[in-house]
Amino acid sequence: MLILARRIGESIMVGDQVEISVVDIKGDQVKLGIKAPSQVKVYRREVYAAIQQENLAAAAAAPQTLPKLEELMGGEGRKPPAPPAPAPPAPGKSGSPPPAPKKP
Amino acid sequence: MKVRTKAYGEIEVEDKQLVRFPRGLFGFEELRDFVILDATQQPFYWLQSVDRVEVAFVLIDPVFFRPDYSPGVDPSELEEIGIETPENMLVFSIVTIPPSAQRMTANLQGPLILNRRTHEGRQSISLDPRWGVRHVIVDEMAQNNPSSSEPSSSAPGQPSAVREP
Repeated sequence: MLILARRIGESIMVGDQVEISVVDIKGDQVKLGIKAPSQVKVYRREVYAAIQQENLAAAAAAPQTLPKLEELMGGEGRKPPAPPAPAPPAPGKSGSPPPAPKKP
Repeated sequence: MKVRTKAYGEIEVEDKQLVRFPRGLFGFEELRDFVILDATQQPFYWLQSVDRVEVAFVLIDPVFFRPDYSPGVDPSELEEIGIETPENMLVFSIVTIPPSAQRMTANLQGPLILNRRTHEGRQSISLDPRWGVRHVIVDEMAQNNPSSSEPSSSAPGQPSAVREP
């Protein structure tokens, strides 16, 4: 890693289009000014890291069967008495279909 | 074309379901080609890597639970994937589903922006301080649509939700 000492008002160039200057120093905090073309994205490192971490967590956690959002919203006491049973597709099965439910 | 998917095994997908992220996603920069599938469970979608079957993300349209959402990204990021008008833009959030699905979260700070016309996309970083990486979907839906979370009149006295401090 290249390490440079700079004073307030001094700057460094990264390539020929990005300029980073030391604007102010107070205690353990440094204020930096960054001049860069708009296609160069500048983010705080922790924001970038948080999104990267969340992507990794999301991919690792993704279950094969997704939860039913409306049930989660409804809570325990609101389940309808006879929820319409979704018929899962059963490719390759050519046997007789299950009997349709009859009303008494 | 045929794609091996984490959720549904090998399935046939149409070209219009293909999307390309020229820079990949954060943490998955090497993966560029994905397909978007309607999940059997609405309102979710799957973003499935074409190259690695085990890499699949659950997506949601963030407006579904945050009607006030707008991604708040730098316009140059939209230009980068050729989005010139809002009608060309599609926005998704990645959902993280923990073992307790009630606590599933959506990442509103790192939205996926897609060009509807070219099917190119990128993951952006929102500049809007309201958006973080973990918004609890069920809680925010309840807040934005309180009537839907009220217990039915037949179950009085039931707490409808546990409120976080």
